[in-house]
Amino acid sequence: MSALPPYATTGQRAWYYSFRVICGLIFFFLIAPIVVIIPLSFNSQDFFTFTPEMLRLDPEGFSLKHYRDFFSNDSWQSAMWNSLKIAPMATIVSVTFGTLAAIGLSQPHVPFRRAIMAILISPMIVPLIISAAGMYFFYSRIGLQGTYIGVVLAHAALGIPFVIITVTATLVGFDRSLTRAAANMGADPVTTFFRIQMPLILPGVISGGLFAFITSFDEVVVVLFVGSAGQKTLPWQMFIGLREQISPTILAVATILVAISIALLATVEMLRRRSERLRGMSPS
Amino acid sequence: MSDTTQNGPVLAADGTPLKRSLAKALRMQKLRALMLIAPLLLFILVTFILPVGDMLFRSVDNRIVQDVLPRTVAALETWDPTSSELPDEAVFAALAVDLKAAAEIKVHTKVAKRLNYENPGLSSVFRKSGRKIRKWDVENEGPYKERLIELNDGWADLELWRTIKTYSGTRTMGYFLNAVDMKLGADGIEVRPENERIYNTMLIRTMRMSLIITFSCIMLGYPVAWLLANITTRSANMLLILVLLPFWTSLLVRTSSWKILLQQQGVINDVLVWIGLVSDDDRLVLINNELGTIIAMTHILLPFMILPMYSVMQTIQPTYLRAAKSLGATNWTAFWRVYFPQSVPGIGAGSILVFILAVGYYITPALVGGTKGTFISNLIAYHISTSGNWGLGAALGAILLAVVLVLYWVYDKIVGIDNVKLG
Repeated sequence: MSALPPYATTGQRAWYYSFRVICGLIFFFLIAPIVVIIPLSFNSQDFFTFTPEMLRLDPEGFSLKHYRDFFSNDSWQSAMWNSLKIAPMATIVSVTFGTLAAIGLSQPHVPFRRAIMAILISPMIVPLIISAAGMYFFYSRIGLQGTYIGVVLAHAALGIPFVIITVTATLVGFDRSLTRAAANMGADPVTTFFRIQMPLILPGVISGGLFAFITSFDEVVVVLFVGSAGQKTLPWQMFIGLREQISPTILAVATILVAISIALLATVEMLRRRSERLRGMSPS
Repeated sequence: MSDTTQNGPVLAADGTPLKRSLAKALRMQKLRALMLIAPLLLFILVTFILPVGDMLFRSVDNRIVQDVLPRTVAALETWDPTSSELPDEAVFAALAVDLKAAAEIKVHTKVAKRLNYENPGLSSVFRKSGRKIRKWDVENEGPYKERLIELNDGWADLELWRTIKTYSGTRTMGYFLNAVDMKLGADGIEVRPENERIYNTMLIRTMRMSLIITFSCIMLGYPVAWLLANITTRSANMLLILVLLPFWTSLLVRTSSWKILLQQQGVINDVLVWIGLVSDDDRLVLINNELGTIIAMTHILLPFMILPMYSVMQTIQPTYLRAAKSLGATNWTAFWRVYFPQSVPGIGAGSILVFILAVGYYITPALVGGTKGTFISNLIAYHISTSGNWGLGAALGAILLAVVLVLYWVYDKIVGIDNVKLG
């Protein structure tokens, strides 16, 4: 596929180009719905489609009105702050527990490794509505329903599979003789961990953390059940907006969220390459 | 072994037998690994596994009837539900005592609600009687049978007593039977009347739509994965960003974008009208139906199909394809007989992942599915948060969970959960 050989027949040529066109259309299907939101959010009218002014690229057709609305509206602002209060805490909890467990799991002899792994990954697999309903019942029983702590714990549980997966993947290439060498030179296990192992697996830990962060930052089903009005997050506010009266402010919020995800994706890609370099593999 | 017994066991530096010393070291190693895992395991157990277990327990829990009507349940022991006679005075007397006690602390409505799920109409009998019975002196104002029936002729209905008798145990299969459109009658399990059957339709619809979504993901994902695996690593990395960006973009952003694009005054319809494919006055209905859910969810789950396919296709040697062609195979035969069979593990892994995720989806069907395109999850959410029939919601959830866990197990067998790739 890499290049068309000079002896290719007309049929092969036709297939080669039409295949590329098909793939291009599929990529368009993947990206267009995300990209189209961005220009629409600068609409000066309260419409969800391109106005004739916008199509003529008339500056009259564009404005920052929806962004102003987002930054001045109290319910959007409190939703944003709630999200920013919940997601980092949930990330810290899942990264701390998750990294420790991932190190434990990558030891050479772990009894019941498969079963433990299956349990730790299950929050990613179990349908969210089931987790949400279960947490709603159980957390009300122990007084955590409708509290900040309850939402943080629930989100941390949902983020853990991502931390486990990324950190164990980084640990696969970890050279264990390094920790043995450190121990040999008299470092205690804690020093070895922080001075030798941690710097090497840090890229994996950070990308796991970013996954956990985006999981919590995006999550809506569990927070709908476990949270109360005081924990209304950005996705929750968007969900209400979409279900009841859809306001064009959502377009501005969506654009901001797309920008955040582009930043996160870029960071994760950078970290992945760095981690591969650190492990002496050629960055693929 | 014979060597060691003859020459004495091999000793470690500190004088203990080497074998025991090694076993001890191994045990220590295992213990240390477990100690590192234990905090997280405990955390997941409390914040996740116990809650899910709690919900599953609700699907069989039926203590409410016995808790609220203990004397009535005991008195009904001797009554034969297949007989055509009402229970005797003793049962009615017990009911009067139970109902008065329950009405005083206002729990009679709870049992009324519970029994109403099985026998609609029963709730009002309990509520109306409960309101009046509070004024009764239940110690010495017999006969209760006549008085109760006089109060509400619902008590003279044999079906009511059969329902109470059938649902007097502390555990019930009632919710599960309800979830598959059956019920527990006086003489065993029976299928519900035609007009009350909704849950099977819903389960089948969820399965059917998830299959359609999985299939569309295969069709769209395969060419892309093939392209990614057969171009230079550099361009593949560039194109992979286009696959990963949707994966990282907020689910609600993608859903709202589809909601905006697909509506009748939305961008897609505008473009179709502008091209002239569709006339302005019959714009396509693309949202609030099955089609809307399928389009949006295919888009959302497509990266989960492409990534596993790509990682499998990367390992297929391009030389095989060239060898097949040099042996005289046409392009199609070479692909179908040589390349495709090797890519099947990727299709399998992607399909199971997409299907598992699709079956349990809630947000997207709720927002773009209208009434025709909703999934079983939406029904579970309805029962947990709106109708209050938690037992039924839990039973539906248990069925969904069982489906997902079976697939999870299959996925673990085929792919291994540690091999899940996240970009």
